[in-house]
Amino acid sequence: MSEKISKETVSHVASLAKLELTDEQLPYFTDQLGSIMGIFDSLNDVDTSNVEPTFSVTDQINVMREDVADNWGQRDALLDNAPDVSDGLIRTPTIIDESGD
Amino acid sequence: MNFETTIGLEVHVELKTNSKIFSPSPVQYGVDPNLNTNVIDWGYPGVLPSTNKGVVKSGIMAALALHAEVEKHPHFDRKNYFYPDNPKAYQITQKDTPDAHDGWIEIEVDGKKKKIGIEEMHIEEDAGKNTHGNKFSYVDLNRQGTPLIEIVSKPDIASPDEAYAYLEALRERILFTGISDVKMEEGSMRVDVNVSIRPYGQKEFGTKVELKNLNSFNYVRKGLAYEEKRQQRVIMSGGEIQQETRRFDETTGKTILMRVKEGADDYRYFPEPDLPALDITDAWINEINDSMPEMPASRRQRYVNEFGLKDYDAMVLTQTKEMADFFDAMIKLGADPKMASNYLQVNVNAYLNDEQKDLSETEITPENLSTMIKLIEDGTISSKMAKKVFKGITEGKEPKKFVEDNGMVQLSDPAQLQPIIDEVLSNNPQSVEDFHNGKDRAIGFLVGQIMKQTRGKANPQVVNKLLMASINK
Amino acid sequence: MDYLGKDIFSIHESLVNGDITAEELTRQTIENAKKNDEDINAFVVFDEENAIKQAQEIDKAGIDPDNVLSGIPVAMKDNMLTKGVLTSAGSKMLSNFKPIIDGTAVAKMKEAGTINIGKTNMDEFAMGGSTETSFHGKTKNPWNLDKVPGGSSGGAAAAVAAGDVLVSLGSDTGGSIRQPASFNGIVGMKPTYGRVSRWGLIAFASSLDQIGPLTRTVKDNAVVLNAIAGKDEHDMTSSNKEVPDFTANIDKGVKGMKIALPKEYLGEGVDKDVQDAILAAADKYRELGATVEEVSLPNSKYGVAAYYIIAPSEASSNLQRFDGIRYGYRAQDAKNLEELYVKSRSQGFGDEVKRRIMVGTYSLSAGFFDAYFKKAAEVRTLIIDDFKNVFQDYDVILTPTAPTPAYSLKDEKDPITMYMNDILTIPVNMAGLPGMSVPAGFSDGLPIGMQLIGKPFDESTLYQAAYAFEQNTDFHKQDPKMGGAQ
Ligand SMILES: [Mg+2]
Ligand SMILES: [Zn+2]
Repeated sequence: MSEKISKETVSHVASLAKLELTDEQLPYFTDQLGSIMGIFDSLNDVDTSNVEPTFSVTDQINVMREDVADNWGQRDALLDNAPDVSDGLIRTPTIIDESGD
Repeated sequence: MNFETTIGLEVHVELKTNSKIFSPSPVQYGVDPNLNTNVIDWGYPGVLPSTNKGVVKSGIMAALALHAEVEKHPHFDRKNYFYPDNPKAYQITQKDTPDAHDGWIEIEVDGKKKKIGIEEMHIEEDAGKNTHGNKFSYVDLNRQGTPLIEIVSKPDIASPDEAYAYLEALRERILFTGISDVKMEEGSMRVDVNVSIRPYGQKEFGTKVELKNLNSFNYVRKGLAYEEKRQQRVIMSGGEIQQETRRFDETTGKTILMRVKEGADDYRYFPEPDLPALDITDAWINEINDSMPEMPASRRQRYVNEFGLKDYDAMVLTQTKEMADFFDAMIKLGADPKMASNYLQVNVNAYLNDEQKDLSETEITPENLSTMIKLIEDGTISSKMAKKVFKGITEGKEPKKFVEDNGMVQLSDPAQLQPIIDEVLSNNPQSVEDFHNGKDRAIGFLVGQIMKQTRGKANPQVVNKLLMASINK
Repeated sequence: MDYLGKDIFSIHESLVNGDITAEELTRQTIENAKKNDEDINAFVVFDEENAIKQAQEIDKAGIDPDNVLSGIPVAMKDNMLTKGVLTSAGSKMLSNFKPIIDGTAVAKMKEAGTINIGKTNMDEFAMGGSTETSFHGKTKNPWNLDKVPGGSSGGAAAAVAAGDVLVSLGSDTGGSIRQPASFNGIVGMKPTYGRVSRWGLIAFASSLDQIGPLTRTVKDNAVVLNAIAGKDEHDMTSSNKEVPDFTANIDKGVKGMKIALPKEYLGEGVDKDVQDAILAAADKYRELGATVEEVSLPNSKYGVAAYYIIAPSEASSNLQRFDGIRYGYRAQDAKNLEELYVKSRSQGFGDEVKRRIMVGTYSLSAGFFDAYFKKAAEVRTLIIDDFKNVFQDYDVILTPTAPTPAYSLKDEKDPITMYMNDILTIPVNMAGLPGMSVPAGFSDGLPIGMQLIGKPFDESTLYQAAYAFEQNTDFHKQDPKMGGAQ
């Protein structure tokens, strides 16, 4: 876990997160991410082999909503807040990559 | 070299709940863009999802219909990716704990039965819809949050025909649960296909190719058949299959390379912290199980074994759940199974075809159709009269009242018929003589005269019996 | 109106007696806050128009003598949705964003009769401990304008400390209510996870975030929590546990109460003055009849490491929705979709947010989930178990809120040092427990806060312990000087 993070990894992570790092930013963030990941090394000292992970601390379980439709009538307000709309649709620059799921 | 084919199918089924899976917006199409959307569907900052109980219930129904084991403690996970129709940039789905796992359905190809395993099925949200223009793309989020069930097959499917049969069987079983319309042409059933081949005896699977644009079961079969051959050709000529996505071309029946996959996608799945885990009790599963509609295969068996229907008739009656339910309701009301089957397949189906309607949109009910059949059985009306009565039914008339109001009651009483027969015989001595001279046609003429006298109301069977007795005296 | 030396109850009395109308109070409150803001920059925006309209309506209906919150001006942290009023979470990304709904806590405060005068400054998307990363500039500590107010609810805390308002709502993911409360010499409560609905709180880390009140006094704090707590159908993680009246037992004292003093929270890295203040508080509690004993929470020291995996991971996902498409900042020069994403996000987020998004993205990415996110979640279990152990024998845990008093605005800060500052508050969020900061001393004229940690949903006992301490000390009676370095 303690290997220093590389510039390539940081670039890859940034692209996954849709962030662009300039040539000056890349070494800066690589350095910082490396030291931040360094904190995580201490977790290697903890034996968790028989420990269940806790992903949530809510005391709730099995909370469900009845299947009743309710239109909140927010369409116009939502469209008004959008940066670019056209005939009730949200408009974006053209999608080049068709790989969306 | 001989090859075996391995086909994996991922089927997305859209559920017809009232509201979306994580927001109360209506599930309903054909409305203005973004009309059925709210802050949750738009992935607004600060909003939270809320789980629709109806979707969880539908998931359990699908699991039961596919003989799968229901997960008792499912939770949701986030699948992270950016796309304009995916407003939160993550899809809420199930990865660690799918709704159900290890199911199967039975298929039949060329008279051979085979069980196809189901790896798992999970519930998740659908995305919105993008349309593409020249310089711009457009996003409609009406579909965003529509509940889906994704059903993943085990690598048991070994031929395009088996894939077709699997899809048919799957569609039919889901249809009968009533949780989805499962119509490919309307997008309520979507099929993702993976196919690989390997030489017989090889342990490892071959490299998978993904097929897209398969918009009907038939195209799935055709696309797979083409792909099977293509991959064989590549390998036989010393080439290698690459991991790629190919598009099925409907006009040529070929598959065309779309893109080669570079590395695996990285969806950064993790448990959805905004939704508490679920606790599915046995009591709830049992309750749902008790209310599960009977599956079509079992109904067909029952129709053949108990009612003596032909396989073909049983098949037609179980084409839709609506028709099968209708038939079962008629039997419950005491209608003769064969007659009920006949009327449904002939008269009712013809009427539905002419009118382009679903059964539920008509005036025909199990009650009025059964009543009509009983009137035929007890001789009150003839099958010829029944045609008029059926028309009356489609116009909303009650059969018994319709028959009375139109004076259609059949004359079956010998005491009433005998004097008329006697009169016709004495008025037509020539015909009587012709009969005795062996001209059978004379009988037809005499019956026609009796029918004329009774304005068609005489019961032909009774008339025949009485006439033969009188003429032979 | 300046609220130094006042509380909800005294203002309520003036309103009921007719010494002042809600409208006059609101106008004077905004006037004073604006004046103070020239020094401290606690507010991102004032909502004068709506506030005055609302005050006029309350005056018309008459102040409810049975509702102490009726007509009381308050402020909301800028990450809480306020209908029609800028909600930017301190970010350029949302610098033009006006929500179309109120969040649940905001709505409940309105229903309770309080008047929201504006939005308070914060670290961008609540990621920070000093309110220095806001798009709207830094907030300054009213006790010393050269010092940070803490964060991320730095504006909320500074506004209360400066006497702008009696009440502000903040949010706390790793200490963001308690630490600024401590730096500003006021009372801050992070309730049990699920006690207050998160609907309408712009998410930082969903499994850790909670909304809570910052106030000048303990009792004021309890009154406000009464108003905002409870099950909300919009937040499935909100608890359906009954909400008691948090003021009911507040003056019952601490006689017989068992207080735990975890040794790990008073060790290395904690300022001498801070240690002394906490030990003095322990003595005060003994004097008041409580038992105070040293305990151990051995896994808390892993809290920071686990937190800085879990929180950025959740955040990286929560912040993916800011893509320039449906709301908020959109880069103007994008030629295609990919560019729109990358440019909007690269231009819209500040460096600290980018750092955390990248750490989180990395921790969740293929092949690393088990080593990072899952491992951190397992350590989280151990931290929780430690607390459970201690709470078998004790009613309350006493610790410092922060290792130091407010630090200098000017200092160059490296992320690691900043992250380590949360070491004492983070374990409380990890375990979902209620925790509050109460004024407990001074160091060079800067306030020191003590943290009281309670059992799940036992905020009542925390208020009881905090009130007893407050009523028997003078720390809360001192006022900030609003000046520069002495
Ligand atoms: Mg899939
Ligand atoms: Zn899917």
